Parts: sequence; C-alpha cells; structure tokens
Amino acid sequence: MTDATAQLPGVTPPRAARAAAPLSASLFGDRIYQAVITAFAVFIPLLLILIAIAIGIAAWPALSRSGLSFVTSSEWNVAEGKFGVAPAIYGTLVSSAIALILATPLALGVSIFLSEIAPKWLRQPVAFLVDLLAAVPSVVYGLWGIFVLIPLLRDPVGPFVRDTLGLGKTPLFSGPNYGYSMLAAGIILAIMILPFISAVTREVLLAVPRSQRDAALALGATRWEMIRDAVLPYARSGIIGGIILGLGRALGETMAVMMLIGNRAEISASLFAPGYTMASLIANQFSEATSDLHLSALMAVGAVLFVVTLIVNAIARWLVWRVTRGSGR
Amino acid sequence: MKRLTFAALAVAIACSPDQSKNGNNATPAAERSGSVDLTGAGATFPYPLYSKWFSDYAAKTGVKINYQSIGSGGGIRQISEQTVDFGATDSPMSNDEMSHAKGGAILHLPTVLGGVVITYNLPDVKEPLKLTGPLVADIFLGKVKKWNDPAIAALNPGVKLPNQDILVVHRSDGSGTSYVFTDYLTAVSPAWAKGPKKGKEVPWPVGLGGKGNEGVAGQVKQTPGSIGYVELAYAKENALPAALIKNVAGNFVAPSTETITAAASGVAEKLPPNTDYRISIVNAPGANAYPISSFTWILAYANQSDSVKGKKLVDFLRWALTEGEKEATTLNYAPLPASMAAQLNTRLDSIKLGSAR
Repeated sequence: MTDATAQLPGVTPPRAARAAAPLSASLFGDRIYQAVITAFAVFIPLLLILIAIAIGIAAWPALSRSGLSFVTSSEWNVAEGKFGVAPAIYGTLVSSAIALILATPLALGVSIFLSEIAPKWLRQPVAFLVDLLAAVPSVVYGLWGIFVLIPLLRDPVGPFVRDTLGLGKTPLFSGPNYGYSMLAAGIILAIMILPFISAVTREVLLAVPRSQRDAALALGATRWEMIRDAVLPYARSGIIGGIILGLGRALGETMAVMMLIGNRAEISASLFAPGYTMASLIANQFSEATSDLHLSALMAVGAVLFVVTLIVNAIARWLVWRVTRGSGR
Repeated sequence: MKRLTFAALAVAIACSPDQSKNGNNATPAAERSGSVDLTGAGATFPYPLYSKWFSDYAAKTGVKINYQSIGSGGGIRQISEQTVDFGATDSPMSNDEMSHAKGGAILHLPTVLGGVVITYNLPDVKEPLKLTGPLVADIFLGKVKKWNDPAIAALNPGVKLPNQDILVVHRSDGSGTSYVFTDYLTAVSPAWAKGPKKGKEVPWPVGLGGKGNEGVAGQVKQTPGSIGYVELAYAKENALPAALIKNVAGNFVAPSTETITAAASGVAEKLPPNTDYRISIVNAPGANAYPISSFTWILAYANQSDSVKGKKLVDFLRWALTEGEKEATTLNYAPLPASMAAQLNTRLDSIKLGSAR
C-alpha cells in the first residue's frame, strides 16, 4: 500500500505528458475508451449515493417520528411505535471492538511468522489454511459457536475468568453467564475477520523490499529488531488497511452474531451479558414486519448502520493518513 | 425442435393481431399449464404441510403451485400488492392492513391449527411439569425467578424442583409463534396485558432471544434451568419435554394434535355464520382443549379478477380443506374440526370469479 501511494507521484508526469501530446491525431477510439472507463469509475460512487438516498427516503418516516431518540433510546416497542436502537449501536461497536482486540495481534503474529520466520515448506500450507477460514460460511461459524464455543464459555472459561483470575467482581465479567453473550459474538467475529487481516498483512509484509531487511541486518540488528524497526514501520499503513477491512466485515456480520449474541436489547457493561447488533436486529425482524412504520424503522436501523460504518471508516482512514505522514514516507 | 415451435408461435401471433385482442384468455393460460399456475407466499410455520399439499395436488391434477415461505409479514405484503395469487399468515391481518390491500376485500381461510409448547430443561424432573397461564406469564415477566418457587411447587406436588435460576428463552425474530404465545399470555395475565402485550415481536422483559424454533430449542436444550416456547410440530419432531397447561375447564392438558383440534371445536361451535375467521382460539373452552392454540390462514381476495386463476385457487382450497386435511396429523399439524368444513365450503363458494382480464 505504501508502495502504491509512494509511486503515484512518480507515475503522474508521464501521464500528464501524454495528455499534452497531440491527442487530436490519435484515434477516436481512445476517447470512447476514456468515456467508458470514466463511466465505470463514476458508476460505483453513484451506486453508493443512490443506495444512501433510497435508504434515507425509506427510513424517513421512522426517523422523523422518533427524532434523536432513535439513536439514544433503548426502548424498541413495535406495538407502541417506539423505536430506540442505542443497545444495537452499542452491541455493534463493542462486538466489533472485541473482535479487533482479539484478532489483530493474532493476525499480525501469523503474518509475521509466515513472511519472516517460517520455513518455505510451511509457509504455503499454513497461509492456505488461514485463508480458508474466510471461505467458511457464516452460518457454519454460528453452528460451531452454538455447539462448541458456547458450552466452553459457560463451563471452563466463565468460572476460570471469574474465580481463578478473580475478575468476577469487575463489572466487565459480572452477572449470570449463559454463554450466549457479547463475548461469544466478539470471539466468533475475531475468528471470522482473522483471515482478512492476516491475508492483507502477509502480502504487505512480503512486499517490503529485501534491501530494507538487509540494511537493518547490516547495521547489526537482530532478527526481531529488523522486523520491529525496519519491516513493520514500512508496512504500517498496509497493515492498518487490513485491519480496516476486517473491521468493516465485523460491523456488518449478521448470521453468526445473531446466533450467539443472545439478542437482548440492553446495554450492559458485562461481556457475559447478552446483547444485540444492528445487523441482527434487521435480520430478525424484517421477514415479519408488516406495518409501514416498522419497515421504515428497520430501514432507519440500516441507515444508522451505514452512517456508523462510514464514521468508523473515516476515522480509520484518518489514522492511516496520519501514520503514513508520520512515517515520513 | 423447440426453436421451430417458438418461431411458429411467433408467426401465429404476428399474423393474427385481431384474434389475440378479442380471443379469450383461457387459451394462453391452458397452453402455459406446463409452467407454474399459482403463486403464493407467506408463513413458514405451515410450509412443510403446504409443500406436501402442493406436490400431492400437482400429481393429482397437474396444477402447479409455487409457494415461497418468506414469513407471514412478507405474505401479507405480497398479497396486498397483488404480486402473488394467495398469501399465508400465522396471525390475522389487522383492519388497517386489510384496508391497504390493493385488490379489495381479503378473505381469511383457516387451513390447519398450530399449538405452542412450553418446553424446559430440568434434567432431574422426569414427569411433565404442570403450569398455569398466569404462572407462565409471571415466569416470562421475570416475577418468578427460581424453579423451586412456591407457585411452581404448589402445582407440582412430589416433584423435586431444583433451587436454580430460571432462564427465559424467547424468539428473537418476529414470529407467528410469538404472536400466539403472547396472545395467550395477554388473555390470562392482566400484568402481561398491561406490559409487553401481544405481537409477533414484543419487548420481552427478561431472557435470551433465539432465532427460529431451532434457536430457542437449541438454547433450552443446552442450558439447564431454562424455559422456552416452540411450535408443536417442532417439539414433537425433536422430542422436547412439554409442560401440561391448565385450561379453562381446570384440566392440565398436554399439547397434541387432538387437544389443539379440541380447542378449535370448542370455539367453532359458537362462531356466527358470517364470521371472517380472524379469531383467536387461545384459552378456548372444552375439557380437553389445549389453551395455546391458533389457526393458520390462507389469504385470498374475495373477488378474483382473473377467473382462470381464481377457479384454480378455489379448486385447490376445496381439495386442501377436505383431502388435504387428512394429511395434517402425519406431519404433526392439528386438522380443523369437522364441524367447520361445511361453513368453510360456503365461504369458498362466496369467492367471486371476475371476467377474464
């Protein structure tokens, strides 16, 4: 990623020069080509804007009725026409945050191992297996979660965290532990986004020039110092890009989360408590929503999810921008 | 070969513009009999039975029916928009929803009955638990928190109830099962009627949400001390424990196709002749009536603008309500009581077949 941005300025002059060259003499086909390509390029942002407008129009009746309380209230009562999605916003953000906290170090470790340390014969199979995690359907993760993860969380993990580690008194791990919880959703999301982060990170690390490594080693760095001081800073913006990709997937993931989070519209500090996410709220209620207001409210949830995703992405982009500037490249 | 027929057809159509304008629509419809004749959409609960009906009916008459089990809400929306020939729903349409239908008056035709089973996970309790409606409401309201609560113990003398927290599991998705269950709780518990009320999706005071019957059953099966509710057919197929519920007559009744049909017959006898069948049969009278029961309906327009399709639909429904009913119990659906058959037949006769469009 750093390479691409670094090379761009270098690429520009020839293109500008070509544009200045006698285009009139060139073929008419060039212009058609340019028009088609431009149309393609414009089409995707246009699609995004159209989707946003369509959701906005559909969401308006519910949003105008509930006002700001739509995002601040916790009360979701279809019969009374009260729609508050604060617990779902909270659940979406917290479950994604847990996923990132768990998946990022693991994905970085896997990628560093594969690109820097692993012997060649091990690299391909392990990389293949990690990538394969991305091919497992969401509902299969959900089933695995119900039959393996939830019982594990309920029995050995819950008591271990609470009693052995003595964390039961902190608000983070208090309350009854049924397994179906924010923690379960976060863990399943972590597994699901791991291959995305690790695949991008691995490629970025492999793209770091050999000379960068040689230079560090020549200065007397150990292998760990070489990775930490020469390779990782070089690949930093690419790694963050991979994390953003994973985050995007975590925010929107529906099925597996819905099966494990317990679907309870409440904000609770405890990770053992059940929660709700915006995506699972829509998926749960859409098929049986008959009233126009209810449908509109679900569209509004979609709009809020859209906006939250945009904000989170914008923050992440800003981070990348700062990091790339900070790295002096 | 196929191409040739196609070309011939195209020529025929091109050469006879007058005929295609004046000719009746029956001919092209008959020609199309190889493809789908009727389309329907709606409830998922009766889908296994409907799907058997459609395949049996197609084998018998050649009339093909395509049904999408997208949920009652989708069924109501699609029939209202006239994108399907019939809809299906587990909870009756409201007057407001009826007024939005584009094709005029919609008829509710009950097809079979479903019941909601209260299931639980108490490994040490062997005999079926006995519960009353108000007690179930109190459990789902979070007022009764422990299994050895005196209220439960009083109904189950001799049963060793554990000193354990009750974990309530409910449906997280909007569902006809939740509608029937909350309809019952609203009928028997003033506290419930004041609080969450009835609906396909209500603000549950306590508990975890599972998606679908399988989600609720999965959570109940896995968690000792939990209680939840599922459809009868699902409970039977998976051999889940089922609580006996006290009915109006004071008897503790186990859920089964017989006791659910009994609930309908208690109500059916008292129906006025002009009923639109949008009726609740929860908490029905009758010594053997299971109190958490409900109809499931097929929705059809009272005025069928397309007479060919309309006739096919009426013929199918007539078959379903006579021959089809016999299949119901094999798939764990409760058939309609025999006393309703004549009345429903007259209702089918009342469907008007419009002239061809």
